[in-house]
Amino acid sequence: MAHDAHEVKKEMVAIYPKKLGKKRAEQIVVTELGPDGAVPEIKANVRTSPGIITQRGCAYAGCKGVVIGPSRDILSITHGPIGCSFYSWLTRRNQTRPPTDSDPNFINYCLSTDMSEQEIVFGGEKKLKAAIKEAYDAFHPKAIAIFSTCPVGLIGDDVHAVARQMKEELGINVFGFSCEGYRGVSQSAGHHIANNQLFRHVVGLNELTHEEKFKINLLGEYNIGGDAFVIEDLFRRCGIKLIATFSGNSDYDSMANSHTADLNLVMCHRSINYVAEMMEKKFGIPWLKINFIGAAASAKSLRKIAEYFDDAELKAKVETVIAEEMPKVDMAQQDVKSRCQGKTAMLFVGGSRAHHYQVLFNEMGMEIVAAGYEFGHRDDYEGRKVLPTIKVDADSKNIEEIEVRPDETRYVPRLSPERKAQLTDPELEFQDYVGMMPEMEDGTLVIDDISHHETERLIELYKPSIFCAGIKEKYAVQKMGIPCKQLHSYDYGGPYAGFEGAINFYREIDRMVNMKVWSLLKAPWQTLEPRPDPAPVAAD
Amino acid sequence: MLLRHTTAEVAERTALTINPAKTCQPIGAMYAALGVHSCLPHSHGSQGCCSYHRSTLTRHYKEPVMAATSSFTEGASVFGGQANLLQAFETIFTVYNPEMVAVHTTCLSETIGDDISQIISKAKAEGKIPEGKHAIHANTPSYVGSHVTGFANMAKSLVTNFAEGTGEDKKQINLLPGWVEPPDMRELKCLAHRMGVDVVMFPDTSDVLDAPQTGKYELYPKGGATIAQIRSAGDSIGTIGLGHSASTRAASALEEKCEVANEMLELPIGLQATDRFIEAMRIMAGVKVPDVITDERGRLLDMIADMHQYVHGKRVALWGDPDQLVSLCDFLVCLDMKPVYIVTGTPSTRFEKRVRAVLGDSVPDAKIRKGAGADMFLMHQWIKQESVDLLIGNTYGKYIARDENIPFVRHGFPILDRIGHAYFPTVGYRGGMYLLEKILNAFMDRQDREGLEEKFELVM
Repeated sequence: MAHDAHEVKKEMVAIYPKKLGKKRAEQIVVTELGPDGAVPEIKANVRTSPGIITQRGCAYAGCKGVVIGPSRDILSITHGPIGCSFYSWLTRRNQTRPPTDSDPNFINYCLSTDMSEQEIVFGGEKKLKAAIKEAYDAFHPKAIAIFSTCPVGLIGDDVHAVARQMKEELGINVFGFSCEGYRGVSQSAGHHIANNQLFRHVVGLNELTHEEKFKINLLGEYNIGGDAFVIEDLFRRCGIKLIATFSGNSDYDSMANSHTADLNLVMCHRSINYVAEMMEKKFGIPWLKINFIGAAASAKSLRKIAEYFDDAELKAKVETVIAEEMPKVDMAQQDVKSRCQGKTAMLFVGGSRAHHYQVLFNEMGMEIVAAGYEFGHRDDYEGRKVLPTIKVDADSKNIEEIEVRPDETRYVPRLSPERKAQLTDPELEFQDYVGMMPEMEDGTLVIDDISHHETERLIELYKPSIFCAGIKEKYAVQKMGIPCKQLHSYDYGGPYAGFEGAINFYREIDRMVNMKVWSLLKAPWQTLEPRPDPAPVAAD
Repeated sequence: MLLRHTTAEVAERTALTINPAKTCQPIGAMYAALGVHSCLPHSHGSQGCCSYHRSTLTRHYKEPVMAATSSFTEGASVFGGQANLLQAFETIFTVYNPEMVAVHTTCLSETIGDDISQIISKAKAEGKIPEGKHAIHANTPSYVGSHVTGFANMAKSLVTNFAEGTGEDKKQINLLPGWVEPPDMRELKCLAHRMGVDVVMFPDTSDVLDAPQTGKYELYPKGGATIAQIRSAGDSIGTIGLGHSASTRAASALEEKCEVANEMLELPIGLQATDRFIEAMRIMAGVKVPDVITDERGRLLDMIADMHQYVHGKRVALWGDPDQLVSLCDFLVCLDMKPVYIVTGTPSTRFEKRVRAVLGDSVPDAKIRKGAGADMFLMHQWIKQESVDLLIGNTYGKYIARDENIPFVRHGFPILDRIGHAYFPTVGYRGGMYLLEKILNAFMDRQDREGLEEKFELVM
């Protein structure tokens, strides 16, 4: 790499007011893998300084938008002024496939109490109650979720009390989320709040039993662009029984039944690790970190599952599926490599995608020159081993940590202590996540909560072949003549998960880094050696 | 079915909005602020507001939309956002260096009662707003009005902060374009230019939200009204305000502050509303209408006369913002079409009366709803009771269009799935032609796609 990352870092933070510069310097590190896999410490999950043009959103977005939104038959009502519900209406591309045309599907609806000044002054509980009743009459759902927006917490509406009352009155499950936008420092707080309430109000309510041998839940997969469909298909072909996905292409009953699984697979560690941990404690279900983004990563993930269940038949099936898929993947890889090898990418997005998608770029022969999360924590960068050393600051302290004890009747350890002791290979990531940084080349820049200023400087200095981020960054990057791939919405493409998804992604990136338009930015008369202007033609 | 739970039976709701036909104030204020050159909008509230507004505007324009936020945490929500805003000013002017920061509030900062004027004064006193730079604000509580109200409030704030009557008589007209698209603003300026009228137009998002691809990114693109231009608005001959919901506040403020008289008009969408706009400019500026504009009008008329058979009598459902809806209805009636369902979530006292007047005797049984409880769910229920031939509104209509198999022309905000609105005007005569072409295509494409084979027409 042509640039000294340390110099680039210095240059990037130089412009900031002193205190801010110091803080940003702690959120920017240059990777260096030390002995025993140690990586440098990064500051993460801390406040964004006011005035910074940030990628981040709020707790409501993380709770309603990310975690609960993808589920099709929990009826979501946003309690607040109209905006929050409007902006989270269908904008996250959570695909869903109800089993039949008559099954409930509320995903295309947007429900709000549309709070007015009157409720801000006199309280909104009465209106919320009436809205829940009206929603029930119109939709007859099994469950209603209520999401609090900023003013709700300030004026003191007790959404949980209203939920309890309406649950009683309607005879269906009703639960609330205190996911006001000011909680925490990013979407991440909302993930945690969503996890808590799903665990408290949904998980364990459906005792349906299953005969299948390999029962799993897929946690932290939201079916953007149909990713979950691809993964579901892989499970089906391997003979793995998917009980519930949290929460892409999911329904209420399956999530309520999720405690009957024997293994939790964690896809997006950031947004869902809390549920995985709590289910382990309460029901004895272990979890595995997996990643279905990238062909090699998908193969590895399937093998991890087979290794966990330690069943010869399952292992054979997994190998068959991988063997069926890999030739197509290899062919596509060879093809795109001829045009993409050696090109460079930057990824600044989310709380897991900036890590997961590095695999796909590497599979194409492309190099990662910088990466970072929008709302990750230190464990997402450095691995869960740093968890005990993470200081909880005032902004995180007020996000509830549920104390979980083993369920009196339903706690069943899925593995014997002996078997558990065998699953220590760090590669297996059994109840562990190694994080983004250990898997990156030394000398790469890792930037947490990147600002617009840093984005601009980074692109000017490195001129990457492609930049990956979200909708707010996309067109600014492209105005610089660099293609920008959205890794939240996939630019309305995908799926990118599994083997089929990997091929889609290779082709997409090949298209983007090689499109002709980037070579046509200058008009003929703007080129370096302009021809002399023609003599003016007499006009008048 | 995408909206499989929507039934024809309407149960009156008092508390629940389903599929809204409006959004909240701050996004309108952000859009208006982008229409000032070298202005960075600033959202005084939680990060999510700013993120949502930027995302929605970006999806609508497929352009960079930059704005900063006070990034409230729980502490700020309890103790007030003054410290956040002061720090924001320092960071913004140091790092992003705009000429001006336009602060708008949110439901959060309004509920806790932050006094933005006082905070701006303090920031000035502490040197956090550099000499020669500006910070203004508009109060835009999300629980009052709608996105249109937010636009109107920020437009007014531009007047109250900058417009100045110096006593000089400037031979120029103020043009308040209302909430229209960048190509509309470009078209309005073009019409004025062709009439030989100097206009000061603000906000002006042309060349901001439709900036060219050059390979060079500009945080502050070349477009936008300059502060000097807005200042000079106080010396203009008069003001033409377009769109009563979006522009009345700014027009009245100009009159009050600088004694510049105003004439409020409806958005010049369609033939007659454009006629009124051209006529108002002609009289106010004392100019003649050039043939090139009269010819353009003739071309729109010609198009209507030639293609009338495909549009007359067609029933239309519309939703969106009052200013657009009134003018669209006016245009549809002039095409002998029948706007039967008209819905806006924006409160407006003038709206229903004016739509009824525009519809006259042509659609006596039109259903019109506005403000609280007026949503797309209700409109869809009306459609289920008695269908329509055409939908006109923002992108959210595509779910109804598909379920009910109804031709759909996108107009309004936001349009998240098509691109024309960002490049082609719908104001003026040319805009009318573009709009009419879209309406015709919607009908004719359907006829081509779904009509009987033996009735398939080569010439239409």
